[in-house]
Order: sequence, then structure tokens, then C-alpha cells
Amino acid sequence: MNAPAAAQDVLQSRVLHGLSIIDAVKKAGVEYVLSVPDLHTSKGLLYPIADDKDLNLVRVCKEDECLGISAGLTYGNKRSLILMQYTGFLYAMNAIRAVACEYSFPAAMMIGMLGLEEGVAPKESKKFGLKIIAPILETMQIPYEVIDTDADIARIGPAIEHAYAHSHPTAFLIARRPLAS
Amino acid sequence: MMNRLEVLQILKKHITDQIVISSYSTASEWIEINDRPLNYFSHGAMGLGSSHGLGMALALPERRVVVLDGDGSLLMNLPTLVSIGRAAPKNFTHIVFRNGTYEANGGHPIPNPKTDFEAMAKAAAISKACTISTTQDFENKLQWLLNDEGPLFACLDIEQGPLGPRDYKEMYRPERRKALRVAVGADPA
Repeated sequence: MNAPAAAQDVLQSRVLHGLSIIDAVKKAGVEYVLSVPDLHTSKGLLYPIADDKDLNLVRVCKEDECLGISAGLTYGNKRSLILMQYTGFLYAMNAIRAVACEYSFPAAMMIGMLGLEEGVAPKESKKFGLKIIAPILETMQIPYEVIDTDADIARIGPAIEHAYAHSHPTAFLIARRPLAS
Repeated sequence: MMNRLEVLQILKKHITDQIVISSYSTASEWIEINDRPLNYFSHGAMGLGSSHGLGMALALPERRVVVLDGDGSLLMNLPTLVSIGRAAPKNFTHIVFRNGTYEANGGHPIPNPKTDFEAMAKAAAISKACTISTTQDFENKLQWLLNDEGPLFACLDIEQGPLGPRDYKEMYRPERRKALRVAVGADPA
């Protein structure tokens, strides 16, 4: 994005700040972040999370591991956030189906929508891999929120609280690439 | 080559307050001989038992977590060794029964039954790893496996057990997961 366009986005509040997302996640009681790196959220979320002394970052190799670790953490009443790219979500589908959906473990999944066209709803993307994510979540009866600007961040905390209070998965589709500062 | 049920009988004698996670054929035999609230049965997604265990070990650092895995299961989640090696929970013991087959799926051989899991664990920074081929050796190493600072890894060479189908429904009941939550203090009694 060129400088004038970025300035225009700031003026029109079309920005998403990673630190604000992290603050919302922490306020929802999350102590662990389980992640496979995603270019979309790398600078705005994963690097700051790695530096955050209040969060324990567990780096894993494959996204399906996160579902098991997240479930295991609940036995110590520890909340976690699973941070992954939409491709990782697709990869982990069977684990999500089994652990989170059928066996009703809470799982908060933050999904980077790498390559989503600006201002386009995920379902309306021209990219096959992106446009199928929301319909898959709906088919699996997993509630989700599209997080595109700072105005959307307020929906993160209540969704995590509900997921852990009622033992079900929830998802956040990170539409716009979060800013690092 | 050991018999899995004999190994589990030996293990039972030494298990006290540890969480024991098992799956498939091993779980069927473990629940038969040692049904207890501190058992957890990994379900639904083959190979994730060690990941469930890693989460529990991180969340409950004062409690030993023992994962009873299969070689076919481990192969379905092989990167777990790297994740465990990095997280390095001190209260984590990973026991893998190697019979060279997908016993729960009809007894077909794993892609390479000669796979050296001990070497894989060590390569993933789990330095306390061994291979055990006799029940005597297992008995000798059991106190170390259950009490030494983890993560620990042991590959146990066993013969193939009876082929399925087995009924897993009973062990997957939600009441069992609830009982474990109560037993570890996550939920009130």
C-alpha cells in the first residue's frame, strides 16, 4: 500500500491494530497461544505475542496439534488461542471436527485470511481457498466473527468467554493484515 | 518382543496419581485392567494423544502425564516430537508401543516397521529416550520413566495384539472427561 492510501485508511479507521487484538485476547483470560506462523499475522500478532511476557507461546509444527494441546490445557483451566492461517485451518479439519465439535472442547481459533481482497467479505472472495472458509465454519456450526478493523475487536472477548463457558469452538477471521503498532 | 498386556500389568503396579492418556488398542486393554478417573482416552483424531498430553502437562506442572501411544498413531502426528522437545515439560513421559502395524485399522504394516523412534525422539531434542525390548528392562526403567525430569520417551517393542473391531464408545463417554476434570481439581467434586 502506498503512503497516501495508508493515510487515507487511518483517516477512515480502516485499520486493524495487532496490539489491540492481543489486549482483547488477554482480557478474555487467554494465557497460551498455540501457533504455526502465518505471513498475514506474522508482524502484527505473532511477533508481539512472542515478546509478550503475559502470554505463553507454544510453537507447533502442524495446526492439528493445537487442537489437542488446547483441549489438554483445559484440564488446568487454562485458556488458549490457536493462531493459524486459513490453509492451516483446512489442514486441521479432522482434529477440529473431532476434538472441538464432536467432543465439545472449547477452542478459540484466529485464522489469518492471507490474500483476501481489501474490503471484500470472505465469502465473496474470488480466491477459492478463502471463500470456502466461512461456509465450512457454518456447516460445522462453529460461530465466527470477521475481524477487519479495530471496530470489530470488541467482539473477540465475548466470543472467547462464550466458547469457554459453553465448551464449543469459535473462530475469528482476520481479514485485514494487522498492523504491528 | 513383549506382550502389551503384560507390559500394562507391570505399569499398573507403579501407577499412582499420574494422568494416563491412551488410545485405541492400548486404551482397550488399559481400561480393562485399570479403570480409574485419572485415565484419559484420546479420541476422534488419530495421533493427537501426545498433543492432548502436552497440553495437560503444561497446564498441570505438578502432575505427571504419561502418554501411551502407538507407532501408527505417532506416525500420524510425528511433528509432536519436535513440539514436545521444544516445550520440554518436565512432567511428561511418552511411551510408544511399536508393533509395526496399524493394529486398530486391520493390522496393516506401518510404512516402515524398522523406523527408529528412539533416534527420532533424540533428534527432536528429547534426550532422555530409549528403546525397551524385554519386560525385565521395562521394570528396571519404569521408576526412571515415571519420576525423572522430562520429557522422557520410551519405544517398547511389542508383538501385535488382537485385531479389532473394538468398541470404544464406553471409554469416550463425556462422564469420563468430567471425572478427570474433578480428579485434577479443574471442576468441583
